[in-house]
This record gives sequence, structure tokens and C-alpha cells, in this order.
Amino acid sequence: MSATLLGLYRPGSTLLHRAPAGTKLLALLVAGVVVVVVRGPASGLVALVVAVALVAWSGTGLRVLLSTLRGILVVAGLLAAYQAWQHGWPRAVESVTDLVALVLLATVLTVTTPIDEVLDAVTATLRPLRRLGVDPERVALAFSLMIRAIPTTIGLADQTRDAAVARGLQRDPRARLVPLVIRVVAQARATGDALHARGIGDD
Amino acid sequence: MSRLELEAVTVRLPSVDADVLALRETSLVLTEQRIALIGPNGSGKSTVARLLNGLVRPSTGRVFVDGLDVAEDGAAVRRRVGFTFTDPSAQLVMPTAVEDIALSLRRTHPDKADRRRIAHDLLDAYGLAGLGDRSVHGLSGGQRQLLALAGVLATDPAVLVADEPTTLLDLANSRRIADLLFGLPQQLVLVTHDLDLAARCDRGLLIDDAAVAFDGPAEDAVARYRTLAGT
Repeated sequence: MSATLLGLYRPGSTLLHRAPAGTKLLALLVAGVVVVVVRGPASGLVALVVAVALVAWSGTGLRVLLSTLRGILVVAGLLAAYQAWQHGWPRAVESVTDLVALVLLATVLTVTTPIDEVLDAVTATLRPLRRLGVDPERVALAFSLMIRAIPTTIGLADQTRDAAVARGLQRDPRARLVPLVIRVVAQARATGDALHARGIGDD
Repeated sequence: MSRLELEAVTVRLPSVDADVLALRETSLVLTEQRIALIGPNGSGKSTVARLLNGLVRPSTGRVFVDGLDVAEDGAAVRRRVGFTFTDPSAQLVMPTAVEDIALSLRRTHPDKADRRRIAHDLLDAYGLAGLGDRSVHGLSGGQRQLLALAGVLATDPAVLVADEPTTLLDLANSRRIADLLFGLPQQLVLVTHDLDLAARCDRGLLIDDAAVAFDGPAEDAVARYRTLAGT
């Protein structure tokens, strides 16, 4: 499986690790809005530099970081080519730097925060909405499952690619996409069964 | 021991063409400590196992666990009946080992520090010391199965239903899991293709063609299955 940090906590003692999960979630939300709202390639580059600095501060090694980014850079490359073709290079730079910066910032959150703390933070934040019929525990669980699904889906994509290559179908997009979709849906059903069997979400 | 009861249960599972009969009308009462479900692939073993935890609903009839109707008291039943899957990867829903066990403990232990301490204690007890912060993807098959068991047993269920827990494991890990399962105080319902393991149980049910083909001492059930399979 491709190495990925997104969705995986790595213990540490930095200030980022010690900061409350709720603060980090809020900071990520604000950063996401700022990165999208402020336009231009310069702001994107600034966001990228800040994100890389935060990743370094979190204690994540350069090799692991590059490994994490490998999959994203493929998407970013395609996005850059399309944007450069349609709107010119400034827009391409902005799009790619914004995308990579946000992925890195999300990585900082998941690398420095145990999922359990994210669950608690989301549950506490949504508690006032209980009177409107919102179940905070359920929303928090969905949130953490979404984070957990990232490395799982990357793993399934790797398995699907290997299967296609083994059958000599590496250039056939259908041989990679269709089985991947089926596997992801099957994994989602299996996860649902597992949660049901463990009684999680019963209360 | 708990009393697990199937009362005139049939199960039909939806399919593209037509519903598939997964279990013909079956009535059973299971009270032994260790019960083996054996039989060919697709015979209905897992369907019987899944009925006990509410993962499969009966099309007709009712399923009871200690008098609780699985259809009506599902949450209470799942607190009594733990379930492990053949592929532990499907069961591990959190990124790291300690977080996965902590998830099981959220209902019973509101304090986060308590959850982490108990989770680490359980990891130690199941031979997974030092692996708490490891990605579940980075664990071996045997370690994942041990973790899946630890996650289920963290809530101390009265019954453990294990659906082919050793099928994906090598010999050493199969023995390790088997020894662990047979050392548990819990009532055990074991779906397995490992006939040596099945023979160690107190009672054996041979499931064939969506029905119970034999019900009796586990060694006799294994002998009957060998005859059926022509081995």
C-alpha cells in the first residue's frame, strides 16, 4: 500500500500534538476558507510554504512527506495541465498550491491528533444541536470514518492497480476504475456490518 | 451460559434474479459453551452465525438471546453477543490499534484517559504490546485478528460469535487464535473449516444446503462432514 499520513496519527510531543483537537479543527476550517477565498498564485504559494512548515514542525520526515504527496501530485499535475490550458499558468499555480496546501494542513491535523480526540471535539461542538434532532456521536463517528476511509481507499486503489497490471490491463481505465468502485462500496458495506456487529451507534 | 434460540427461522436474501434461500426453516436451542458450525462454502453457516447478532434478520421466525428478541432488542443483544469476521480488516474501523479498541469502549467509559489506558492494557493482554499507535494497515494478519478480538472482547460480551477466525491465517497464528478462543470464559459459537478446531467444541452443527444436516457431539458432526465431503 502507498504510504500515507492522511488519516493516521503519529504520536509526538510538539505544540501541535498538545493543542486541543477542537482548536486544530477550527484552524483547519478557517485556513480552508482563507485559502479558497484569497485569490492569486502568490497567496497559494504562501499557503503552501506555511503548510510545509507546519508539517515539518509536526515532526514528519521529508521522505514520508514526499511519499504522502506522491498520489496527490499526480492529481495536481493533471489539474495544473487542465487549468493552464483553460485559464493560463497563474490559475494553474493557484489551483495546485491551494490543493496541496489544504491536503498538507489536513495531514497536520490527522498526524498530530488521535481520532478519539477528534470524535470528542466534534461531539462537544455539535452537542447544542441535539435539541434540533442532531445526534452528535453519530456525526462525529461519520467524521472519523471519513478520515479512516482515506488510507483504506488508497490501499484498495493499489490492490486494484496491481490486479489490472497482473492481467496485462494496466492501460485499460475500466479495469482499474470499475473494480475500485465495487471494492470501495463493498468496503463501506463491510464497515457498516462491523459497526453494527460491535453495537456502535446503537445508543 | 447464554441461551441462544432460533424459533422456526427462515432466511431469504435478496438477489438480482430472485431471492436466495439462505436458511430453510430451522429451530435450535444452543446452551453449550463451545458450539461449532461446519459445512461447505455457501451452505448457510455464516447466516446462522449472523442471525445471533442481528446482522441478518430472519425472513420468518424469531431469534432470541437470553429471552431477548434480536429484532426488537437489537442493541441489548449486541451488548451480549460479540462478533468477529473472517477478514479482520473489515472489522477494524479506526486508523490505529489503540483507537480501534477505544472506540469499543466509548459507550461504557466516557473518560478518554480511561479508554486509552484500558485499550493499552488489552493490547498488552493480547500480545500486541507496543503496537497501539501502529496503523492497522501495518499489522500482520495474525495481529489484526488478535486486535479484532480484543476490540470485541473489550466490552466483555457473554457470547462470542467467530466467523472463520483462522481461515486467513498461517499455521502459527491459527494456533495462537485457537488457543485464545478456547481459553475464553465466554460462550463461543465458532464457524470454521478447521475440523480439528471444530472437534474440540462441545457441540457440532453440520450445515448443508441451507439446513442443519447434523446436530450432536462435535466429533460426530466432523465425522459426518468428512463422509459428506468424501474425504
